[in-house]
Amino acid sequence: MPVRQRERPFGLPKPETPHGEIIILEERCKGCGFCIEYCPHHVLITAKKYNAKGYHPPEVEKAELCVNCGFCRMICPEFAIYTYEPRTGEKP
Amino acid sequence: MKADPRGVLTGSHYLDGDHACCEGALTAGCRFIAGYPITPSTEVVERFARRAPLIEGALFIQMEDELAASIAIQGAVWAGKKAMTVTSGPGFSLMMEHIGLAAMTETPCLFVDVQRGGPSTGLPTLPGQADMMQARWGSHGDYEIIALSPNSPQEAFNLTIDAFNLSEQYRVPVMFMMDESVGHMMERVVIPPADQIEITPRRYTKLPPGKYLPFKPEPDLVPDMFKAGDGYRLHVTGLTHDFRGYPDMSADIQEQLVHRLVDKIRVNAPKIWRYEETSVEDADVVIVTYGITSRLAIDALNIAREKGIKVGMLRLIVVWPFPERRIRELAVQGKAMVVAEMNYGQMFYEVDRCAQGKVPVVLAGHGGGTVHRVEDIVERIMEAYRCRS
Amino acid sequence: MSVLNELEKASLSPSVGQTSPEKHPMDDFMRMDRMPHIWCSTCGIGVSVNCFAKALEKCKIPLDEVVVVSGIGCTGRVAGYVKVDSFHTTHGRAIPFATGMKLANPKLKVVVFSGDGDIIAIGGNHFLNAARRNIDMTVICINNFNYAMTGGQLASTTPEGSILTTSPFGSHEEPFNLPFLAESVGAVYVARWTSLHIYNQTNSMVEAMRKPGFTFIEILAPCPTIYERQQKFGDGLDRLRWYCDNSEIRNGANTRDVDIRLNAGVVVGKFVDKERPTYLESMNAHYKEKLGDRYKPYEG
Repeated sequence: MPVRQRERPFGLPKPETPHGEIIILEERCKGCGFCIEYCPHHVLITAKKYNAKGYHPPEVEKAELCVNCGFCRMICPEFAIYTYEPRTGEKP
Repeated sequence: MKADPRGVLTGSHYLDGDHACCEGALTAGCRFIAGYPITPSTEVVERFARRAPLIEGALFIQMEDELAASIAIQGAVWAGKKAMTVTSGPGFSLMMEHIGLAAMTETPCLFVDVQRGGPSTGLPTLPGQADMMQARWGSHGDYEIIALSPNSPQEAFNLTIDAFNLSEQYRVPVMFMMDESVGHMMERVVIPPADQIEITPRRYTKLPPGKYLPFKPEPDLVPDMFKAGDGYRLHVTGLTHDFRGYPDMSADIQEQLVHRLVDKIRVNAPKIWRYEETSVEDADVVIVTYGITSRLAIDALNIAREKGIKVGMLRLIVVWPFPERRIRELAVQGKAMVVAEMNYGQMFYEVDRCAQGKVPVVLAGHGGGTVHRVEDIVERIMEAYRCRS
Repeated sequence: MSVLNELEKASLSPSVGQTSPEKHPMDDFMRMDRMPHIWCSTCGIGVSVNCFAKALEKCKIPLDEVVVVSGIGCTGRVAGYVKVDSFHTTHGRAIPFATGMKLANPKLKVVVFSGDGDIIAIGGNHFLNAARRNIDMTVICINNFNYAMTGGQLASTTPEGSILTTSPFGSHEEPFNLPFLAESVGAVYVARWTSLHIYNQTNSMVEAMRKPGFTFIEILAPCPTIYERQQKFGDGLDRLRWYCDNSEIRNGANTRDVDIRLNAGVVVGKFVDKERPTYLESMNAHYKEKLGDRYKPYEG
């Protein structure tokens, strides 16, 4: 392999996996389970607690695995969960 | 404000009632008509289809049915235009749900009904006056509307402008009840210059978004309006709603809203009533009539006077809200009443109700298809006089 | 990780706000004073509204110019929750209302958001004619295969064999194939997605809103309380899992072949994307030709 192909392409730093902080608005949740089911990294689980309406909201189990993909935010019918990138503030 | 000269065909014309109505609408600033062809009203939209492309901002669309026409005009109103639709009996029946929507959302618009012989398909090319009660009670629920009835093409022109003005002032759908005779009768119609015609502009709110509540009434019980695209971002619904326009399923809000919708017209009724009186000061028998029948009734009045009976006539120009106060006064002052209308008793019941038994009320009615024979009205006058109180 | 416990606030007011300084990114698009909305847990309508909010953000159309018109039904309630000028009209008549609004002020971006029964059954005639005329509007039809708001009656999109309150022994009627219908009457953009295909839905909504003409998106949404329960299928999540395994994306498929049958897979995708002059474009061109300089192009 030529030497230059072993160098970093275009001199860019190593790409970093994004990380997301998850905010769950528990009282809006109706316990549908979409976010738990479809999180690609299975970050969420069903909480054992109830919210005021009697639903089990999601609970973050593996916070470090969240990559701020935004799927939970978009599939939630209740606008009850979203993520943001703590350094840039980006909300997908 | 004055009429926009771009829509005004100033001059003396020879027009039929339908065409005069179209000109009246253009003069009043109507720039959107959604219609559906139905005899005998089609000429109104045919004229508008011809005039609209040459008037800036005017558009005509023939919709696929009356249901679409009656709600397309409401969409146009909420986008900022003055709008009107035109129909006859069968189409009027179809439009009822949307008349209710216009009353509930307080959408100012005009529904022209050029009445024909009914019921059902009836007599498409011949006159009738049998939709009068339907204009008032046709849609479900409690609501009030304003209805006018012209008796000549000149009045068809003038009253269309008045109808638009009333509609804007009270934010209410207005029923314009012509009949086929007036609609297809050709007479001289004089259209004055635009700067001599008063138009009521739409009462848009002056409050900014955030402060304005779309269904909070002003002191005259009518809320100010907004239009889509102005940045208010508000919700309008046919469900029972509160001042913000949000649906609210409680009896209190129902009371607050519907009571006001009804009071809006009832409380302001004395300002809305309009009628024309002929020789009622000394009259023993008063004929109450409207539309084309009034022109026959006048002849009957003269014949009866020659026979020695003191007859007067009250011609309803604004039919709804009904001029209860005047009828009550005439019932006290006169000895009998005759209601001449081209149906088997519609406004007759209103007159009878308001007479409160003080005078006998006789109906000079028939099923439509032709105008009254003057002799028939005279006969009814004689009958009423015979059993006078 | 941060979880907000708003038990106290929830107990004071019927609608729920939030105390976090970070707002939910879609809060500006929704009438938060009317939340929580009325849709059931695992209903697909909320998902589509979420996608619509995202689509509005991506489209960069000023929200003051957007108008949402809806009819009656569960999906019809969408108009009440989106924070734009919105109109909740009569059953089946959202499309003619939107027609009047768009023609009176062509600068408005008019979106009709309504259900399958509202748009294609009672509103069928209006759907056909607006598509034929190519009125510039976007119609988002959430298809949950029944009349849900009134308790779950048979609709004209109900797959044959479905058990509903007015077909207690199973439906024996052939349903509409909505993309086929839309294409045949002249819609310029026809797509179908399910509630699971959220990115596709959002992108379709962006494309449809940007495209001039009559654009139509059908979204197959689960109806847990009624349709799924009556078919003894489970809840909305079970239906989404089913869509995951049984839906096939076939962009550009022939709309004749995308009908929906009970227990058969569904075909989703963007089926039609073509060009046609809109109603106002063809009207202006036509009058210019017929009337010459006397005609000033209609701008509203």
